[in-house]
Amino acid sequence: MNKLRGRAYKFGDDINTDLIISGKYKFSTLDMKELAKHLLEDIDPAFSQKIKPGKSFIVAGRNFGCGSSREQAPLAIKESEICAVVAKSFARIFYRNCINVGLPVIECDTDGIEEGDCLEVSLEKGTLRNETKEVEEKISSLPQVMIDIISEGGLVEYFRKRGGFKLEP
Amino acid sequence: MGKTIAEKILGSHSGKEAQAGEIVVAQVDFAFAQDGTAPLAIESFRKMGGKEVFHRDKVAFVIDHNSPSSKPGVSSLHRLMREFSREKGFPLYDITEGICHQVMVERLPVSAGGLLVGADSHTSTYGALNCLSIGVGSTDLAASLISGRLWFKVPETLKVILNGKLSPGVYSKDVILYLIGQLGAEGANYKSIEFEGSIVDNLSMEARFTICNMVAEMGAESGIMNVDEKTLEWMRKYNPSASHPQPVRADDDANYENILEYDLSSLEPQVAKPHRVDNVVPVSEVAGLRIDQAFLGTCTNGRLEDLRIAARLLEGREVHPEVRFIVVPASRQVSLEAMKEGVIGLLIRAGAAVLNPGCGPCVGTHAGVPADGEVVLSTANRNFKGRMGNPNASIYLASPTTVAASAVKGEITDGRELQ
Repeated sequence: MNKLRGRAYKFGDDINTDLIISGKYKFSTLDMKELAKHLLEDIDPAFSQKIKPGKSFIVAGRNFGCGSSREQAPLAIKESEICAVVAKSFARIFYRNCINVGLPVIECDTDGIEEGDCLEVSLEKGTLRNETKEVEEKISSLPQVMIDIISEGGLVEYFRKRGGFKLEP
Repeated sequence: MGKTIAEKILGSHSGKEAQAGEIVVAQVDFAFAQDGTAPLAIESFRKMGGKEVFHRDKVAFVIDHNSPSSKPGVSSLHRLMREFSREKGFPLYDITEGICHQVMVERLPVSAGGLLVGADSHTSTYGALNCLSIGVGSTDLAASLISGRLWFKVPETLKVILNGKLSPGVYSKDVILYLIGQLGAEGANYKSIEFEGSIVDNLSMEARFTICNMVAEMGAESGIMNVDEKTLEWMRKYNPSASHPQPVRADDDANYENILEYDLSSLEPQVAKPHRVDNVVPVSEVAGLRIDQAFLGTCTNGRLEDLRIAARLLEGREVHPEVRFIVVPASRQVSLEAMKEGVIGLLIRAGAAVLNPGCGPCVGTHAGVPADGEVVLSTANRNFKGRMGNPNASIYLASPTTVAASAVKGEITDGRELQ
């Protein structure tokens, strides 16, 4: 999963977790397939049908994922097979939740990305290439503990393998 | 270099010098989840190979967000929580008890200087008791349930000094709404906020909880206050057996990311307009707007003091015939005390629908979903589009006084006109 490629779906600033997955759905099921049908529906009711699994990026402005701590938000995005969320900045709990469930989150300037642009992300090189606009950007690096969690595929696997949190000195 | 409160608490719980920006693994004093987050935490706990929780007295579940259950799917997740807590032998506060954050401040599992994690974004509330209390997601919570530890990035700290004296009819809700309007929804992302100043000193504990509760709406990791006689009195009242509190103060030469100072003596009541919590204006700018529903409750403003304010205002008056006024006490304790004082009777007589303690209609699951095009005025902490279950409704946020006065007038009203 080092190289991710797909089309951009563009959103604005401060997209909160209520918009990502509404409270009216999340309390009644642990079936993420069911929740994925309602992904971002209060902004775009057809969103879940539009996206191409494995070939789509959510691209947003500042403070993506603000609001509630619901992990159903990144899980519903992951279940929809969105390659990654790309935003100028992320809210704290959402960001941690993404890393923990193994959903790639990419922090970089998104002003130049338009709806429909074709993007390619290399997590290894730390770059985002906008093929439509023919530009390449650096993406922000992560602290080691987050890299370790992602490389295990999420916190569950990290924890199962290592038996707890271990920080390198 | 001196240290901030967050640096000191994360330092004492990780056994090393903690400085803003560093990653530490810290021992938590308490961990809890509610019915929106616990089911996924149970799933992660099991997948991680968890056997027992790290300490039976340092863990809890609370059923509050969709309580009592509104449909079969919810009921089966509630049952999953009950079975898990019984199996592991730790307490679950069921549908009678109220909102997790009020349950926590009334049971006080953690004293001043403690570190607590909760799988709910408004866990920041107990910062008013000088606890570093941090909201996390379900899988982080599962890791804490198993190991009693979690990793943290030590936050930068923003110091907010609130000077002056609030004028009558202006409350802590107005203060925090004003600050959120000033700093913006991302204004304190990943930061800890230390509050001090004469306004904080003069607030009751209940009013202080309102401020720390809402720091989440600026993205803050925590909001924290110093200990004074009121804090100690609260601790004595709600947990006399708790270990001796060990208040933590910042050093005089602590390193702050920024220090902001405000004089709020002339602050007016504030209102957050749809669909953003930082879309804040003085009440005079929206006064006269017709409302369909008024809601008094939540972890922000469902405490005894809030209900008293509304009851006093409604005494001898009636809820406007075209307004539904929903009141939800934050906890069983709040309900009982409000009943004993006659506050509940006054509210019901005036025409309010008083529900069982819990989150009520705040999260859009049940108990007061608005119709298309309707306007709700609420004491909650979020007015996001669709928050109350209908994306075609508009939610405004204000203090209990503004909400109660508006319920009487049928339009957004400055509560000072009726006091």
